[in-house]
Formats: sequence, C-alpha cells, structure tokens
Amino acid sequence: MTVNQNEKKRAYWRKNLHYLASLLAVWFIVSYGCAILFVDFLDQIKIGGFRLGFWFAQQGSIFIFVLLIFVYVKLMNRLDKRHDVDEEEPR
Amino acid sequence: MTVQAWTFVMVGLSFALYIGVAVWSRASSTGEFYVAGSSVRPVVNGMATAADWMSAASFISMAGLISFMGRDGSVYLMGWTGGYVLLALLLAPYLRKFGKFTVPDFVGDRYYSRAARVVAVICAIFVSFTYVAGQMRGVGIVFSRFLNVEITSGVLIGMGIVFFYAVLGGMKGITYTQVAQYCVLIFAYLVPAIFISLLMTGNIIPQLGFGGTLADGSGQLLLDRLNGLSRDLGFHLYTDGSKATIDVFCITAALMVGTAGLPHVIVRFYTVPRVAAARSSAGWALFFIALLYTTAPAVAAFARTNLLNTVSEKSYLGIPDWFKNWEETGLLAWADKNSDGKVQYVAGSAIDGNKPIFGDGRGASGERIVTNANPDTTNELYVDRDIMVLANPEIAKLPNWIVGLVAAGGLAAALSTAAGLLLVISTSIAHDLLKREIRPRISEKEELIAARIAAGVAVCIAGYFGINPPGFVGQVVAFAFGLAAASFFPAIVMGIFSKRMNKFGAISGMIVGITFTAGYIIFFKFIRPDMNSPDHWWFGISPEGIGILGMILNFMVSITVSALTPPPPTEIQELVEDIRVPRGAGEARELSV
Repeated sequence: MTVNQNEKKRAYWRKNLHYLASLLAVWFIVSYGCAILFVDFLDQIKIGGFRLGFWFAQQGSIFIFVLLIFVYVKLMNRLDKRHDVDEEEPR
Repeated sequence: MTVQAWTFVMVGLSFALYIGVAVWSRASSTGEFYVAGSSVRPVVNGMATAADWMSAASFISMAGLISFMGRDGSVYLMGWTGGYVLLALLLAPYLRKFGKFTVPDFVGDRYYSRAARVVAVICAIFVSFTYVAGQMRGVGIVFSRFLNVEITSGVLIGMGIVFFYAVLGGMKGITYTQVAQYCVLIFAYLVPAIFISLLMTGNIIPQLGFGGTLADGSGQLLLDRLNGLSRDLGFHLYTDGSKATIDVFCITAALMVGTAGLPHVIVRFYTVPRVAAARSSAGWALFFIALLYTTAPAVAAFARTNLLNTVSEKSYLGIPDWFKNWEETGLLAWADKNSDGKVQYVAGSAIDGNKPIFGDGRGASGERIVTNANPDTTNELYVDRDIMVLANPEIAKLPNWIVGLVAAGGLAAALSTAAGLLLVISTSIAHDLLKREIRPRISEKEELIAARIAAGVAVCIAGYFGINPPGFVGQVVAFAFGLAAASFFPAIVMGIFSKRMNKFGAISGMIVGITFTAGYIIFFKFIRPDMNSPDHWWFGISPEGIGILGMILNFMVSITVSALTPPPPTEIQELVEDIRVPRGAGEARELSV
C-alpha cells in the first residue's frame, strides 16, 4: 500500500467521524433533549393538537431518526466516491 | 360471518402464503442458510428486518402499555427505534465489510480470543431464548382468544409452521417469509387504526388524528378529552409523565443501545450484497418500523379514550360482548365491590397481587367471581395491558373481518420474530460452537444438517416455554436488553473505532458490564423484589434502565485495562483498517485459513 493511499484512507476516516459526530448530536438533542430533558418546557408550546414535548416524545423523534439515517446514507455514498473507496458494481 | 370464521379465513390464508414462500426459497448452502447468500436487496432486507424486529410485544403489547402509561410510553417508542440510528451509523456497515456470519465471529476474530467468542456465544443464545419464549406465548394468546383452541394446541400449530420454514429455508426462507409477514402485520395494524381514526376524529391518517379534534361535534381535541377523562377518574394526565426524568432517560438509552447490540438484528446486515446496501437497508428497516411505531401512540390514545367511554359507570348487564369474551380468558376481570351492578373504573389496583384469581360460580350480575379483589380501592376493573390492541377493533365496533385480520397480524409478528431468533440460536450452535470450537473439520453439508437439527431442537424448547411460561418472561426481557447494552455494544463499537483496544480490555469490560448489570437486575427482580422501588434504586435508575450504567462501566474498564496492557497484534490492527473502508466487501464467507 502506498503512502498516498494510506493518507487518503485517513482523510476518509476523519471525515466519516465528523459526519458521525454531527448526526449523533442531532439524534441526542431530539430524543434525550426535546423528548426527555426539556419536555416540560416544550409542552408549554402547542402545535396543532399536540403539546410539543409530548409530540417529540411519541412521534417527532421517530420521524427524525428515519431522516437521519437517510442523510447519513447520502453523505457516505458521496464520500466513498470522492475518496475512491466505493465498491465496484455487484456482479 | 362471525369473528371466529373470519379469523380462520385470515389466519389460514396468511399461513398458506408463508408456506408457499418457504417452499419457493429453500436453502442449499451454509451461506444461504446463515445469511441468504448475501444477495438480498436493501429494501427487501429492510422489510424483513422490520418484521424480524417487531415482535408480539410490538404488535400486541406496546400500544396497550402506552395507553396505560401515557407520555412515559415514549421509552418504548424512542428506545426501540433510536437504536437503529446507532446501528446504521456505528455498526452495520463495518460488520458487513468484516463479512462473517455471526456476532461471535466478529468478537472472536477482532479480539483474537476463544474466551471472548465463547462469552459472546453464550450471551447470544441466552438473549435469543428469552425472546423466543415470549413470542410463542403471544401465539398461544391469539389462538386461544380468537380460534377457541387451547393455548397448548395454539403453540403446537405455531411451532409446526416456524419449524417448517426456518428449518427448510434458513435465512433465505426466513427473509422472504418475513417480507410476506411484514405486509400482513402492517396491513393488520394500519387498517383498524385508520378506521378508528376516521370514526373518532374524521382524519384518515392516525398520526394526525391523534392530535386532531373529536368528530362527535364537541370540537374538543382528542388529547384534551383524554386528559379530562383521566383527571375525572383519578388517573394521571395522559400527556404527563409519572416516572422520574433520570429513569426515563436511562430506560430509553438502555433500550436503544440494547437494540443496537441484539444479535438477531445485527445478523440481518450480513444478508445484503454491499456495505452501501447495509447502510441504506438500516434506513429502510427503520422506515418500515416507523410506520407501525408512529401509529402505535395514536392507537394507544384512541383505545384509552374508547375504553374509558365504553365501560366507566356502565351496567354490566348492558356491557358489549367483547368485555365478556375477554373476561372468559381471564385477561379482564370485574369485581362489583359496591354491588351496584355498574363498572367503576378509577385509579388504583382493582385486585390484590398481579393477576385476578377466579372462584367458582357467578356473581349477582352474572360476572365471574374474583376472589382476590383489593378492598382498599374503589376501582373494580382489571384489564391486562396485552389485550388492548386485540380488543380495540371490537371496542370500536369495527366489522368482523378486521378483527380476524388483527389476529393474523399478531401471529405474523410473533412468528417472524421467533423464526429470526431460532436462526440465531441454530447458527450459534452449529457454526460458532460446533464448527469453530468443537469440530473444525466438519464438512459444509454436515454443518448444514447440524444447523437444521439445532433449529429443530430450539423450536421444541421454545414451544415448551410457550406452553409452560416461566413466571419471569416479562422480567427477563429487561435482562436481554441490559445484557446486550452492557456487553456486545461496547465491545463491537470499540472493536471498530479503536485500533488500540485489545483482548484484555474487551474481555474485562464485557465481564464487568455483564456482572454489574445482571447483579443489579437479579437483586431487584428476584432476590429482593420488595425493595424494587425508586427509594432503593441507585441514582433512581430502575432495573430496566441499569444496562446503560453497565455500558458506561464497560467502556471505562475496557479503556483503562487496554491502556495498561500490550496493543493488539499488527494483523488485527490491519483488520480494523480494512473494515473501515467499504471497498472489497464480498459475500459473507468462511475464513480461508
């Protein structure tokens, strides 16, 4: 393995860790923040028929979880290509 | 047609479908048996994973639990979905690149240690058996209530079906049957939810009807009505929590991390052809799970409102049939404490102990006599939480075919999960123990036979526990998640994200994590259940949430021990480098050593 390739892999991994940290921060804020720690505060706000904190606890967080994974998929597929570590087309 | 006739039709049709799919997708190699030849498309795998993950507990019990817990029910809603984010981001792509059949394979190879592998195998088998017993029980409940067969025969029929397609088809058969089962179960969950949402709020989408106004002309919000009813009867407000914040936090975290560490979920990501497919397949899995999980809180609120409206202060003589039918199963009981012939349903436990005990003969209104009514409260009604989803269509007076459909959906949920778990058990025994530990020279054909025999034996043991459930099934579920959170999750995450982590660190971390978590749960659940209250819990964390402390301990011990001992060999560090990049992932395979 050449030095150049190793360098490339390291850059790829750093960027990956960076994505993970940002996405997991959102994950944490939505579920543990909005739905648990600040739920009573957010409950003072009413949107539609829901108290906001209650909505995050029972529905909103789940929608955002799904979104997070698809954002991650998109980001990583682009990153794989850019750093030339993506997989060949399957047989 | 009657409910029973419709149930026979729906269940019969769905079973015929599963058997057809199973015959069409038989397995012929160990690769196909364990991981479906790593050829499953991401959307298909996502759907199968969703069916695998959503058990009888998700389908039958969860909405019922939420409808009694109110906002605190979010621990299950978030706990059982948020774990997929961890799974997609931290585990699935790397384990897929690693490309073996099982979780113990990864733990054993990454930590170059047979001891670590054996610990992982034992945990995997324990966790899976805990789960599978509960599924068989769910099958029994559905059969006994809707088809009037004994729980025993119900379990035997369920065993027969699972045996047929798990043993024949392995992972390949299971994956494609699970796709069919997902379709049945989601249809069966959404149809009644949509009908009830339309009836109660005029909104066709239950997720929105949940926050909508009632269709009875009062212009009141559903949740406001529910809060009002709850307040009048002395229950806590539906949209308020009654658990301590730290406990909600820890239970949610333990369930999330536990989900990400469960072997039967992780193994699903070995079945897709590529790393990129493993990532998107986790996304699809959560999408399909979210369809049910965002409907569940709506169902819970509808069911609760309906229940309070239908039974409170109503005369037993005029009560609807579903009430009396469930009373016959013993999952619902009424003790006319003040002898007014009406059902008083208020806060407080109606009975002494956990379950009602019925005496002979009938009471003044024709009800079954309850011998252990609790004289200290005025509440007269006992409702088992497990019946809410099954009874909901009847409570809302939906047509009979929908009731039959729900029964078929409950069976689909229980059978699909049971099959996935049985596969983990059979893989653990035939592959991790027999092939990797006891007889490495065994041929592929022999291994396949061993895997089928192991699956067959596992079905029988699971069936036994389904017929004779140990009283502690519910309690051991806390165990399954706690142990997965405190053992597998840290070991796998550090195996991927730290090149420096060595076997001494990982093994000592797993042992400390498991011992601590198991010790805490055993103490409060089995040795001193009388002390199982917030006053005695450490930091106010219940046994259900303690796995998260176990996980933190595991991380701390692993990092400390690993820093004090020699780094792992170079080839292991290269292995870690290798799984971090997607290129070069082939079909999951045997090591060529």
